[in-house]
Amino acid sequence: MKKAEIRLAGFGGQGIVLLGNIIGKAASIYNNSYAALTQSYGPESRGGSCRAEVIISDSPVEYPYITDPEVLVILSQEAYNEFGAGAKGHVLLIVDSELVKMDTPPAARMLSIPASRLAKEMGKPVVANIIMLGFLAANSDVVSREALERAVKDFIPAGTESFNMKAFELGFNYSSPDERPA
Amino acid sequence: MTDNGHLSGEFFINGDVACAEGAISAGCRFFAGYPITPATEIAERMSRRLPVVGGTYIQMEDEIASMNAILGASWAGVKSMTSTSGPGFSLMMENIGLGVMLETPCVVVDIQRAGPSTGLPTLVGQQDVMQARWGSHGSYEIIALSPDSPQHMFDLTVKAFNLSEKYRVPVLIMSDEVVGHMSEKVVIPEISAADLIYRKMPQIGSGPYHPYKADESLVPPMAIAGQGYRFHVTGLTHDESGYPAMTAAAQDRLITRLVDKIKTHADDIILYDEYMTDDAEIVVCAYGITSRIARYAVKLARQQGIKAGFLQLITLWPFAERRVRELASRVKTFIVPEINRGQIVYEVERCSCGKARSLSVPHSGGDVHKPETILAAIKECHA
Repeated sequence: MKKAEIRLAGFGGQGIVLLGNIIGKAASIYNNSYAALTQSYGPESRGGSCRAEVIISDSPVEYPYITDPEVLVILSQEAYNEFGAGAKGHVLLIVDSELVKMDTPPAARMLSIPASRLAKEMGKPVVANIIMLGFLAANSDVVSREALERAVKDFIPAGTESFNMKAFELGFNYSSPDERPA
Repeated sequence: MTDNGHLSGEFFINGDVACAEGAISAGCRFFAGYPITPATEIAERMSRRLPVVGGTYIQMEDEIASMNAILGASWAGVKSMTSTSGPGFSLMMENIGLGVMLETPCVVVDIQRAGPSTGLPTLVGQQDVMQARWGSHGSYEIIALSPDSPQHMFDLTVKAFNLSEKYRVPVLIMSDEVVGHMSEKVVIPEISAADLIYRKMPQIGSGPYHPYKADESLVPPMAIAGQGYRFHVTGLTHDESGYPAMTAAAQDRLITRLVDKIKTHADDIILYDEYMTDDAEIVVCAYGITSRIARYAVKLARQQGIKAGFLQLITLWPFAERRVRELASRVKTFIVPEINRGQIVYEVERCSCGKARSLSVPHSGGDVHKPETILAAIKECHA
């Protein structure tokens, strides 16, 4: 009954809930696991802080909320302060280094990628979340790369497939400057 | 998508969307509603889907009008639905009673949030379950279902339409914010005509037509407005002719039938699920989102060697009276966690007839119970 809990946090408009949907669909439809997605709801989803949380399990999910996330994807300073800074050693912390600054490194195993800058360089800031997803796929085995790629294609507008796959690839092949032996 | 515009296959969708798809699959072709968190996604989905399948979506001026509109649509021969949350559910109460009195098939979805009043619009509650039973004035019976997942939202919405058509009564889907907003895999089967129930139509060639004359099923056939039968329906007490009959005798005859048509078919209507109840000394009884957490707490208790079991109420109304009574004769305690300050626990207590103890595990709303809270209650009863 392997269980993974993933928290994605940032602010509204970054495509965080979309990422949650992609991961949940990849796990439950293409990887034959069970997945449950919950998300913050309300005015915050229009610009304030926003988060999506996915539970992936080999058996039906009973308690619907995450309790001990092992993967944190952090896309804002506020989210880092709230969830990242205090994350324990067993947590994989993935941050957008353009959006998060820190004085001291966290206890968690941290990997960073300047996803929002890379997206701007590609000419489309909105694909930062897909770059992030590719980076997550390369550094975590909670969902397979193939399943994630299929789910991305289900959610993005028709005609943008190759661009999004390029973004995914860019994130997948990025090596984090923070990588250090565990 | 199939030829009739119904979806089929595997989807990763939230409970609200699954509810809307359940309605489409069940043949619902009219939706009238007013947006309200956390039910808005149902209206949103219906507004996109109904035009595709040849149906009609209307955003009404309020929930009173929404309820009236779906009753009218049903009399025009169309399966109809509305969705709302607490404040809107309160506004619908009077005309849910009209639906009961006119024996009008329709489905009303309440995605419960925490109240009273505006309360916590974006956060969960299960506080409207007694309102579902007793909220409209007068004596009546109603059917209410309580889904625990997006898949259940789809399945029970189809079921709700079937029950409403079969028994000619508004059927309430008493869901909640967590089930409505959470996304999980939903398997949508290809629904064929054989899976769906349509109201019985009158088969009278000539002679007088009595719209409220029932056979032994106690459910009269229903003529559709404009299809040749001349009839009148009224919220006033009426006799078989459909015209007002303002006497205690007519009232007794009508109300007894309205109540009995549900009560005598309780076994056909009531659904529940059980886990490890065979040797259980303590049974946790829950519904909706809370049932998932209760089932988990029971598993934890079993791991600790406690003889705990779980009863999930899928049909809230009519109440699973007989099953609770049977269990009460052999278990020591019922534990009833619910996201209100105690509602269904009183039904459990009533049906236990003093043979088993009933313990409420209340929650004021805004969140779900922690599994540890329910486990602690189990351990307390076990000690």
